[in-house]
Amino acid sequence: MGKLTDYVQNTQLWKSVFRHGYPDTPRNRTLAVLSNFFLHLHPVKVRRSGIQLSYTWCMGGLTFFLFLIETITGLLLMFYYRPTADLAYQDIMALREHVPIGIMRELHRWSAHMMVITVWLHMYRVFLTGSYKPPREFNWNVGVILLVLTLLLSFTGYLLPWDQLAVWAITVGTNMARATPFLGHEGPGASLISFGGLNFIHAGDDVRFGLLAGRFVGEGALLRFYVLHCVGIPLAAATLMAIHFWRVRKDGGISGPL
Amino acid sequence: MGEQIKHFVDWLTQPTLYFSLSVLAIFAILKFRAIFSKTSVIVAFFAIGTAFFVWAWDDPNFNRIITKPDNVPILILLASVVYFSWLSLHRAYINDERTKKGLPTLEGETGKQKVFTWPDLVYVELICMVLFLALLVVWSIKIGAPIEEPAAQARTPNPSKAPWYFLGLQELLVYFDPWLAGVLLPSFIIVGLCAIPYIDMNPKGNGYYTFEERRFAVSFFWVGFLLFWVSFVILGTFLRGPNWSFFGPFEYWDLHKLPPMVNVDLSTYFWFDLMGNSKAPADPLVRELPGIVLLLGYFAVLPVILQKPLMAKLFDGERRHLVRYHLMMHLLLWFGLIPIKMLLRWTIDLKYIVGIPEWFFNI
Ligand code: HEM
Repeated sequence: MGKLTDYVQNTQLWKSVFRHGYPDTPRNRTLAVLSNFFLHLHPVKVRRSGIQLSYTWCMGGLTFFLFLIETITGLLLMFYYRPTADLAYQDIMALREHVPIGIMRELHRWSAHMMVITVWLHMYRVFLTGSYKPPREFNWNVGVILLVLTLLLSFTGYLLPWDQLAVWAITVGTNMARATPFLGHEGPGASLISFGGLNFIHAGDDVRFGLLAGRFVGEGALLRFYVLHCVGIPLAAATLMAIHFWRVRKDGGISGPL
Repeated sequence: MGEQIKHFVDWLTQPTLYFSLSVLAIFAILKFRAIFSKTSVIVAFFAIGTAFFVWAWDDPNFNRIITKPDNVPILILLASVVYFSWLSLHRAYINDERTKKGLPTLEGETGKQKVFTWPDLVYVELICMVLFLALLVVWSIKIGAPIEEPAAQARTPNPSKAPWYFLGLQELLVYFDPWLAGVLLPSFIIVGLCAIPYIDMNPKGNGYYTFEERRFAVSFFWVGFLLFWVSFVILGTFLRGPNWSFFGPFEYWDLHKLPPMVNVDLSTYFWFDLMGNSKAPADPLVRELPGIVLLLGYFAVLPVILQKPLMAKLFDGERRHLVRYHLMMHLLLWFGLIPIKMLLRWTIDLKYIVGIPEWFFNI
């Protein structure tokens, strides 16, 4: 057995992938992190306090992990789901009945709920350890935007099953936009934006209309939410996560007492 | 006996009591943290909580609301928020005691040691991921994702609830119009969160848990996050039923339970009850003058009056921090408006402090 591993690890194939021996010496442990694309997100050495579960609660890491699960399960769901008012509901039902090992929708939904929870707890922990203080102010702000994006991801996805729960939850949520000051047709100040008695802001052109592509949650809204959910927001979130992780390192690694 | 406990719980969870007791609980826990940060307290909490669940499980109303698939995450939220709040307090208390004795904090002690990312960190991450994935898979096999009737524009379900993470905002709709509850206040939450690092000038408590070095900051976040966000989500999920009326956890969701709507505007109180007029002025600006004066006093005069003492306390009285001070006050005053409005609603049935429906301008 030992001989076999020795042999495998000495082939050109193996060596072309892994450029170091088993990581049990300081040199190889360093190389394990430095020569791996994914691991080199991390520094080679970290403060012991920074990796204790009782310190970070692992919540940032779990949020990222859940984001990855969402990406994979979401991709699989996209194979089966068509975002039109006629087909959406039907496709979701079919998913349950026709797709083998049909827990992708479950995994996707429960992970989404969990991601909202873990991102809240992550923020809570960052606050309670004072980790937003200099030099990490900027990364806290990147985090706040990530928080908003996480909620928006979840919100846009909520509509896609196109059942009563979905449509009415989004109706309740987007009704708020009607009341946006100046820009919603039931918002304070909207009537000021008028010219010669002609109102510029009305139910057919206010922010809510722009959000839903219509006066109510209909087919246009479904397509808009689908595109935002599957492409727009994930791209934005992934980009910001890259910045977020990079910044954690640039700001001196996970916070600890000075 | 069982029925009496159920009635008691239903009574205890009504919004007014629920909210007041939560405020008391938060401040009691922070004040008596020496006791509440003990390990036995959290063990007892979860033991009693579990016992309560087991006991209440058979109640049809309780069971119906608890076992809705989409409500399972809220239970996880509740349990994890309680646990992690306790954990942070536990560590903060230990750290504060150590600091008093001149010892380094827990983080300070282990922070000097550096360890290799491989294997120390990589393994923690791996174990976290595997356990979490296992949990998610089991959960997904056990509980199917819900799907209701196909969408129908004509049939409004009652209650119509926003997704659970926005229920805190939906709860605010009881007290505020949508332009505040749904647009302005959420925007202020985001702006306020972004502003935190630029307002909090306290250099202490960076990188370790503490309470005594950041009394105001930690208490504020507990109140903001635990009370006004998480507890409102829980209230909205489990205790709000048809017509957004309140229902205790053991109460049947009766479609006909309508809240009495007798709320009165401040201007009505002023012109009719105080001035004894039989008619309010026609011009909305004059009619709403009392409320406008009050709000101007609150938002414009109060920060100026408090400027000297608070600036001295928070920013060493240095005038270059004036912008921070006013930003902070503005955000805090908006935040304060929420409990103020809630109290006014509960005590004098106040509808609007300033109510100009003609312009959709109601506060
Ligand atoms: C999609 C959302 C997010 C992901 C994937 C994420 C991920 C991470 C990870 C993996 C870390 C390393 C330390 C840890 O795990 O605690 C971290 C640190 C940090 N995060 Fe996030 N985060 C997210 C959202 C947020 C939010 C909402 C905030 C704050 C409002 C925030 C602020 C920070 C800060 C300031 C640090 C540095 C903390 C320190 O050095 O102790 N992040 N984040």
